[in-house]
Amino acid sequence: MAWLILQRLGLGVITLVLVSMLVFAGTEILPGDVAAAILGQNATPESLAALRQELGLDSGPVARYLAWASGILHGDLGQSLANRQPVGELLWPRFGNTMALAGYAAVIAVPLAVGLGISSAALRGSFFDRAANVVALATVSLPEYFLGLLLILFVSVQWGLLPSLADTWSGMGLAAWLQATTLPMLVLVLVTVAQIMRMTRTTVLAVMDQPFIETACLKGLPMGRVVLVHAVPNALGPTINVVAFNLTYLIAGVVLVETIFNYNGLGRFMVDAVSKRDVPMVQAAAMVFAAVHVVMNMLADIAAIALNPRLRHPRVKES
Amino acid sequence: MTLPVFGRIPLSAVFGTLILAGTLVLFLFGPMLAPYGQEDVLGMPFAEPSAAHPLGLDQNGRDMMSRLLHGARMSVGVSLAAVVISFCIGVPLGFLAALRGGWPDLIGARLVDIVMSIPVLISALVVLQALGSSLPVLIGTIALLDSTRVFRLARILAQGIVVMEYAEVARLRGEGLWWMLRREILPNALPPLMAEFGMRFCFAFLFVAGLSYLGLGVQPPFADWGGMVRDCQQGILYGLYAPLFPAGTIALVTIGVNLVVDWALAGRTTIQGENR
Amino acid sequence: MSHVLQIRDLRVEAPDGTVLLHGVSMDLNPGEVLGLIGESGAGKSTVALASMGYGRGGCRITGGEIRLAGTEMRTAPRQTREALRGTRIAYVAQSAAAAFNPAMRLERQILEVPRVHGLMNEAEARVWMTDLFSALQLPDPEHFGRRFPHQVSGGQLQRAMIAMAMAGKPDILVLDEPTTALDVTTQIEVLRLLRDVIRRYGTAALYITHDLAVIAQIADRLMVLRNGREVETGPTAALLDTPQQDYTRLLVAERHGSLTASQRMHNPGKDELLAIEGVDAFYGRTQVLHDVSLRLNRGETLAVVGESGSGKSTLARLIAGLLPPARGEVRLDGACLPPELSQRDNAQLRRVQLVYQLPDVALNPHQTVGEVIGRPLALFGGLRGRALKDEVARLLDQIGLPACFAARLPGALSGGQKQRVCIARALAAKPDLLICDEVTSALDPLVAEDILRLLLQLQDELGIAYLFITHDLSVVRRLADRVMVMQTGRIIETAGTATLFATPEQAYTRRLLAAVPELRTNWLDEVTAAH
Repeated sequence: MAWLILQRLGLGVITLVLVSMLVFAGTEILPGDVAAAILGQNATPESLAALRQELGLDSGPVARYLAWASGILHGDLGQSLANRQPVGELLWPRFGNTMALAGYAAVIAVPLAVGLGISSAALRGSFFDRAANVVALATVSLPEYFLGLLLILFVSVQWGLLPSLADTWSGMGLAAWLQATTLPMLVLVLVTVAQIMRMTRTTVLAVMDQPFIETACLKGLPMGRVVLVHAVPNALGPTINVVAFNLTYLIAGVVLVETIFNYNGLGRFMVDAVSKRDVPMVQAAAMVFAAVHVVMNMLADIAAIALNPRLRHPRVKES
Repeated sequence: MTLPVFGRIPLSAVFGTLILAGTLVLFLFGPMLAPYGQEDVLGMPFAEPSAAHPLGLDQNGRDMMSRLLHGARMSVGVSLAAVVISFCIGVPLGFLAALRGGWPDLIGARLVDIVMSIPVLISALVVLQALGSSLPVLIGTIALLDSTRVFRLARILAQGIVVMEYAEVARLRGEGLWWMLRREILPNALPPLMAEFGMRFCFAFLFVAGLSYLGLGVQPPFADWGGMVRDCQQGILYGLYAPLFPAGTIALVTIGVNLVVDWALAGRTTIQGENR
Repeated sequence: MSHVLQIRDLRVEAPDGTVLLHGVSMDLNPGEVLGLIGESGAGKSTVALASMGYGRGGCRITGGEIRLAGTEMRTAPRQTREALRGTRIAYVAQSAAAAFNPAMRLERQILEVPRVHGLMNEAEARVWMTDLFSALQLPDPEHFGRRFPHQVSGGQLQRAMIAMAMAGKPDILVLDEPTTALDVTTQIEVLRLLRDVIRRYGTAALYITHDLAVIAQIADRLMVLRNGREVETGPTAALLDTPQQDYTRLLVAERHGSLTASQRMHNPGKDELLAIEGVDAFYGRTQVLHDVSLRLNRGETLAVVGESGSGKSTLARLIAGLLPPARGEVRLDGACLPPELSQRDNAQLRRVQLVYQLPDVALNPHQTVGEVIGRPLALFGGLRGRALKDEVARLLDQIGLPACFAARLPGALSGGQKQRVCIARALAAKPDLLICDEVTSALDPLVAEDILRLLLQLQDELGIAYLFITHDLSVVRRLADRVMVMQTGRIIETAGTATLFATPEQAYTRRLLAAVPELRTNWLDEVTAAH
């Protein structure tokens, strides 16, 4: 099993390297002159040449990639084109903000969603199950900005309970922070709870249809014990995958939510960088998002390996 | 998929089908039904709904309902085009990979895994940064990114069919590639692919609207629903419903597709909503 | 004597309203074993599960009475039914591998029964479990329960399932085909231990099976079911010797017939059709065939028998070209067959045809019977239009189906009809060699009997050679000219059918032959005594 986990770790590292190549290729090698794109209509031959040299566009793509990649490994994410500041200084505080918001949402969404998913699977076909499904189907379909705007309209504009803009600054108190971020958190929770709940339900139901659950019922075990002792442990691995999958969505998908509430996170940072065509910033932000995604999925896979009884307790030789 | 008996369609599916039919009408005839042009300034910004303008005016004083009707073509059209293209790329390649196996299959599968390990929105942002946002770029980007998901599903479905004994019998008979794809694999893979088409459309539709909302999707002067939400978002701070009309329309279409897909998938244990 | 279980006029319906049981009644005495016999769809499992107050897959008990330990199970509240399950009546499934929770140690799943029902304390339950393990001759009974389900063999797991059912000291065991999924040699072992255990503890049982010879060894009485109705019930020996109903007579005659050698006059040709020389084959790195050689003459039937993992199906795939050999060669009519399918020409593909075990997955659900049979005719015979249609009709007639079946999709056919279509598809290629891979194993006995008759008749008419792969020795005796016994990828013994059954040379062959149950009620005792 340790070998399998090592393999998965190795695969994760390889994936990260390949992903970095893709990101680099996507930003720099796609057709179109980056320098001309950045300067737009103000381009003069001299300024173009100067910018090309500054960007290192006169050297080959492989050399540029290696320089960029080794920079990342040394913690150097390059320099912003727009305001000449190191990308790292701009990026990490915003990344922290995004993680804080996503974490806040996850702490509430995951237990709620997994609990709802398991209960609705256990009570399959009941009124609760059907109602939960209809509500989940509806919330899954609602775009973030619709939910966000509804919440702003009622909670902040009409009832004046919470601010409509999620203004945060370093050094603000926890209470103030919670007040500022609760609305965006709610939107994220609404969107992810439905998703995780539906997928958890499907996962648990797939286990509930296995013959060993029928055996447990025919042993006369009470329904609660059948679900908690026999079904849930077997659904754990897939459920962890479901949760990890949706948490990565939380982190990458905050882009929209951050824009709605004008929250100072990595998502909005990246959208700004894309509008300004600030290549180093886009590269760095994309790399961070992709890395989080890869690492989360890797952790989920490792958890699933660690939970698999066949791998934990390998077959012994017959005596 | 056998055609269902009409009397046994659940209410939710009837509702979903009605929404879909409505969307189709808007897509085909929306601009013809619009009383005003999408750029006509007709009054005060954010004017309240009235008899002449049932949904009021937007932040530039343009008729909200007309813009919604005009925007239908863009919002639905871009995502529909993207999904059709992604299926045209993903399905044949996925089938071929499964049928032929060997190293092209492995390389294809690995490549798709790598592309899929970057969140779609992030990949799209990277490409749009490099190429700028124009309609062909937008459609092409979404189609290519989406085709990785379609490829994966088509490959898995075809792998499941290729190992079935009836497909083995066909191979033992020396059937060619075309027969295998057309007669053995496609008919058996069709029902799940149809459901996937609905789900992928839903995803692409929300995605285009989301990009437009971020200002990176469909560009002015074209009206599109996501962009309309962005444009009149400020209105919400004054307690106006204006941005809720396009946002609600987007939500309604998505619900409609989801209801129909959910009904088509009933009884299957597919985990839905992958790759948001 | 008071009954431990009393069922009156039981009716069960499927969720779509189909009636599965039309009023079945039975009584079960303490310590008595009642065999439930019937083909698939007869309602055997439905009766047994209903006696536990349980409907599988949303089936509902819609009428009748089920009295278990003085309780009416149909109307009892859920808690009451739960309290009786495991303690009064317990269930043993066909596939123990699927019936055990893969994430829990065996002992936790077994001890759970007496603990949850509050029958014993932990220490008592443990002693009882060890007793059961010993009685079932499981290795190292003190520690056997520490293992996980995937860590023990199939036969051991089935015995552990019996221990789990016995853990709550029930009055009644429901045994749902408990030995069907096992290899023959394992089957008699489990059957013998099962019988010992229920006799020792005086447990009554409902034993469900489709195999009359198996049930004859263990049941006191038999009940024959068909299409959800009782056909007849009687003491085992009497029912087998003098069945009262036509349907029972048919079942018994089929099983008797399958146990006697064929009376057929069959003179296979003398020319060699197929020859395999010194073949080794691998799946990945695992060697699955070791130095296999065989000869098959025109019009001859060679049966390949062996338990699961013997390599017999691999041999079929190798001949068909689906698995290239690592060493050795396959010759058809003296000419070497290319190992890869893609290198074989049309004639080589045409001359070897395969029929599979599961007709459900061997027919494309989206092609009509006419298309399925017509394709090889068009491909190999170049037939078109009218001629093609006529030939399809002729083939359908040959396999005993009306011509109108050509328009049907496989979904509208029964299992036996599907298998006939598969045979017709193979015949359409006009093959010299037909490889039959367990073609009757998935079918009910009477349907299987019809398919066997059809195959014999076709061989007489067309002179095709059969390579007949099976684990069922009774089938072999009826239609094979020669038999080849395989074990773990090696040939153990090859001989003429009569010779092999009369004087088997190898110990493994003798064990295999001895393990085939016979229809006499005292067969198991004789075999056990002989050990």
